[in-house]
Amino acid sequence: MGECIRKMNTLLEVRNLTTHIIAEEGLLTPVDNVSFTIHQSETLALVGESGCGKSMTALSIMRLVPSPPARIAGGQVLLEGEDLLKKTEAQMVDIRGANIAMIFQEPMTSLNPLFTVGNQIIETISKHKGISGVQARNHAIEMLRMVRIPSAEIRVNDYPYQLSGGMRQRVMIAMALSCSPKLLIADEPTTALDVTVQAQILDLLKNLQEQVGMAVLLVTHDLGVVAEVADRVAVMYAGQIVEQAITAELLSRPYHPYTKGLLSSVPRLDEDRKRLQGIKGTVPSLQSLRMLTGCQFHPRCQYADEQCETEVPEMRELKSEHFVRCWKPLVAVGE
Amino acid sequence: MPIRGFDRRSASTACALLQVQNLVKHFPIKKGILRPIQTGSIKAVDGISFKIDSRETLGLVGESGCGKSTTGRLLLGLEEVTSGEVYYEGTDVSSLSKPEVRELKKDMQLVFQDPYASLNPRMTVESIIMEPLEIHRLGTRRERKQRVIELLMKVGLDPKCASRYPNEFSGGQRQRIGIARAIVLNPKFIVCDEPVSALDVSVQAGIINLLQDLQEEFGLSYLFISHDLSVVKHISNRVAVMYLGKIVEMANKRDLYSNPLHPYTRALLSAIPVPDAKGKEKRFVLEGDVPSPINPPSGCRFHPRCAHSTDVCRLENPPRLDINGHEVWCHLYA
Repeated sequence: MGECIRKMNTLLEVRNLTTHIIAEEGLLTPVDNVSFTIHQSETLALVGESGCGKSMTALSIMRLVPSPPARIAGGQVLLEGEDLLKKTEAQMVDIRGANIAMIFQEPMTSLNPLFTVGNQIIETISKHKGISGVQARNHAIEMLRMVRIPSAEIRVNDYPYQLSGGMRQRVMIAMALSCSPKLLIADEPTTALDVTVQAQILDLLKNLQEQVGMAVLLVTHDLGVVAEVADRVAVMYAGQIVEQAITAELLSRPYHPYTKGLLSSVPRLDEDRKRLQGIKGTVPSLQSLRMLTGCQFHPRCQYADEQCETEVPEMRELKSEHFVRCWKPLVAVGE
Repeated sequence: MPIRGFDRRSASTACALLQVQNLVKHFPIKKGILRPIQTGSIKAVDGISFKIDSRETLGLVGESGCGKSTTGRLLLGLEEVTSGEVYYEGTDVSSLSKPEVRELKKDMQLVFQDPYASLNPRMTVESIIMEPLEIHRLGTRRERKQRVIELLMKVGLDPKCASRYPNEFSGGQRQRIGIARAIVLNPKFIVCDEPVSALDVSVQAGIINLLQDLQEEFGLSYLFISHDLSVVKHISNRVAVMYLGKIVEMANKRDLYSNPLHPYTRALLSAIPVPDAKGKEKRFVLEGDVPSPINPPSGCRFHPRCAHSTDVCRLENPPRLDINGHEVWCHLYA
């Protein structure tokens, strides 16, 4: 899929998106000047550790950040050229579900336990498609078939508790796709699932994406999952995107020391590692970031020098389609 | 800094440190409030046998609900065994008297999955680590304090944190506190129940390295329970794969990962996404979900999801086959 990206049209463009949280300690910035684009039918992965702002970015795009305490402070979110941040709440209600849909990590908490899964899918369909009754119900069954739930016409009457974790995530996907959105935001869709079920769901997502031609913004911490499904990757650290490239390029030649660190932290099936590298220190809290000058990563970076401590690095395109925010990128000699 | 009773490592025997024979744990399901009647049972662990040698790490992998954690808890005596035997250094644990069991418990410890839930938020780090010493009445107050400082340094924390509370620490640091508490009594055997699953990847590496260093230094044996086959591969000497309360395959690490025999092991390995830029092989994806352990399938428990299943798989329990030390429970190789 990766080769043909540039020929495609831009679907979503996020420009300098910034979200603040007003806390006792003062103003915190979980999303700090984030910019990226997603093309039609493309999968962009947003990768990072907990607390790096990936979910807040996803919620900001949907304008679902809990406000207060959070507030989208600036930037643009252009869906096919229209700025979502300028829409009224009523307009957003129409856009959510119809143009952009979202699935979450924990399928149990995102389904209503008091209604059958059929009812919940029908709710979405009748809201956005204006069909109801038997027609809507049939559409719901069809959606459940599409996500390969066996005996869908019976399962449509099940309550969420009657389904396994993997089945619930399928229902979530069915619901999200029921109005054929152009963009699906998947926030850690397989993190709560077992590996064999994760493989099923990732396969399903890939197939459905090819079938209906939607774009996916995949939020995850798992670089393995990224390698499986993403066309391009944006790595987030402390609210900022620190590196962005095509998946194969990023995994084989990371420029940012943080990306390199993430890759060498995990034990791998395909090679023997005597000792794991890891990254010293821990992910900084939003509070501690306020005191930080220079590059956000410098306290944990083995290459950091004086410049890194004082000056904020800008995003640079070091190679075609490979961006990095670092004073000391790990560029090989002669490149 | 020796405290009496700390070092009991000299009594080593030739047999395995820990041996388990036909271990079974069924949890009863009861219906009714006033006079509950047992209507069935959850077959969490259903006849498993294995051994762990001194200084060895046995990895126990499987999907959620397959009985891995129950196995760990049974070994530690935290759950009552339904049937089967646990031998520790050659003695049947069930034959021991109460004081002997108490003594034995010093040798066996547990590291939990969730470092946020497993430390008492109202206790200081010092009292958390010191508590096992107090329970077993080891050392004087000063010796205990000294021991805490020593251990904090060992697990890579600043001894000055001793007076602080768990909420002031990150997940990785809390897991280090949990590990310090687990090794304070100088155990020989530690059950690590998903010790890194709740941690960020950059922090995970530090904890895995720490566990390996401690094993080296103190000659520990681990039962390392995890759903993450990559982590298990990194840390284990031998690996056992569990499915619905049974071990389906057990071999040393190299054999199991390079030549998996059981179809379930193959499916598990094939399901793991590898962060690699090279082209991905076509994975083979298992259909369906893990069946309920209340009513497990007849014969081989994996047969409803297995691509190779035949009539014999539906009807008969698979035999244990030993192929040059590589054990597998599957009709395919019979």
